[in-house]
Amino acid sequence: METIFRKTEGLTDALFHYCPGCTHGIIHRIVAETLEELDVLGKAIGVAPVGCGVLAYEYFNCDMYQAAHGRAPAVATGIKRVHPDNIVFTYQGDGDLASIGTAEIVHAAHRGEKITTIFVNNTIYGMTGGQMAPTTLIGQKATTAPYGREVAHAGYPLRIAEMLATIQGAAFVERVAVNTPANIRKAKNAIRKAFETQIKGEGFSIVEVLSTCSTNWGLTPIEALKWLEENMIPYYPLGNFRTPGR
Amino acid sequence: MAKVKGRVSFQEERCKGCELCTIFCPTKIIIIDKNRINAKGYHPATVKEMDKCIGCANCAMICPDIVITVEREMGK
Ligand SMILES: Cc1ncc(C[n+]2csc(CCOP(=O)(O)OP(=O)(O)O)c2C)c(N)n1
Ligand code: SF4
Ligand code: SF4
Repeated sequence: METIFRKTEGLTDALFHYCPGCTHGIIHRIVAETLEELDVLGKAIGVAPVGCGVLAYEYFNCDMYQAAHGRAPAVATGIKRVHPDNIVFTYQGDGDLASIGTAEIVHAAHRGEKITTIFVNNTIYGMTGGQMAPTTLIGQKATTAPYGREVAHAGYPLRIAEMLATIQGAAFVERVAVNTPANIRKAKNAIRKAFETQIKGEGFSIVEVLSTCSTNWGLTPIEALKWLEENMIPYYPLGNFRTPGR
Repeated sequence: MAKVKGRVSFQEERCKGCELCTIFCPTKIIIIDKNRINAKGYHPATVKEMDKCIGCANCAMICPDIVITVEREMGK
């Protein structure tokens, strides 16, 4: 017998604090596996967000920072410019990146910062108890939208990958999901390409990962995966929006 | 065609009983053991008929808490 799957060296032994079935854990794992496989763990520096991912510095087995809400791309910019040979990434939720931190992510992409962003879109503010985010779907209930999001009141959900793909400095932009083993393999492939974009110095790279929040969606973890597939993917189509040289 | 043989082991203390591994196992051999409880207070996932495991690693791929290690008999 040969071991074909074991816990990556890219993660510490700490137990994740996430809710049962929360796909933050899957995303942590595939990012950490990618860093290990690219052999850059020793020079990787991550920036944790504010949100459920706030404790990511306990989990990634590399140097980590934790930034103020939404400011991870600005902090990562500073790190990368001082240490251009290190591999710098941010890990951010949709409240963090698509709401309070929109200026920081747009201008990091605009400047073509050679950093990689892992953007976890679960359509909600998870950590604070399920408030509406810019990414909350039309009709989706949240504590601040008890009857569901209404366009007249809150506008349409923001498609971050498509928006950032209009920016010249954003060299690699892809949207993936982690709702099935096949999609997780594809997600990891995209994360690898994003880090390779940074390693080759080709510009800013981001992978938007569609993720679940069964606790605040009021579903079981299994139902949440199905909800992601049936509701999120139709509005947030999976695919590559920008690749260097294309 | 020779049957591929696999073996999975669960680091039970990490398990949160979320059941995601149970639905993606193609041979449906993973169950939540309602008779036991781990230190975190969850019923852990377990396999009863290990000889049916094909070592596909689907369970490990979907597990958010990195509970599962997968081994496979490699073809000669
Ligand atoms: C400056 C500031 N404003 C507001 C908050 C409160 N806050 C903590 S987490 C959070 C939202 C996080 O949501 P998201 O980024 O979607 O991540 P998730 O928890 O869903 O993974 C907010 C608004 C804060 N910590 N700091
Ligand atoms: S609140 Fe939601 S995003 Fe946060 S850990 Fe729980 S399931 Fe995950
Ligand atoms: S997916 Fe992981 S945490 Fe969830 S029940 Fe299976 S082994 Fe336990």
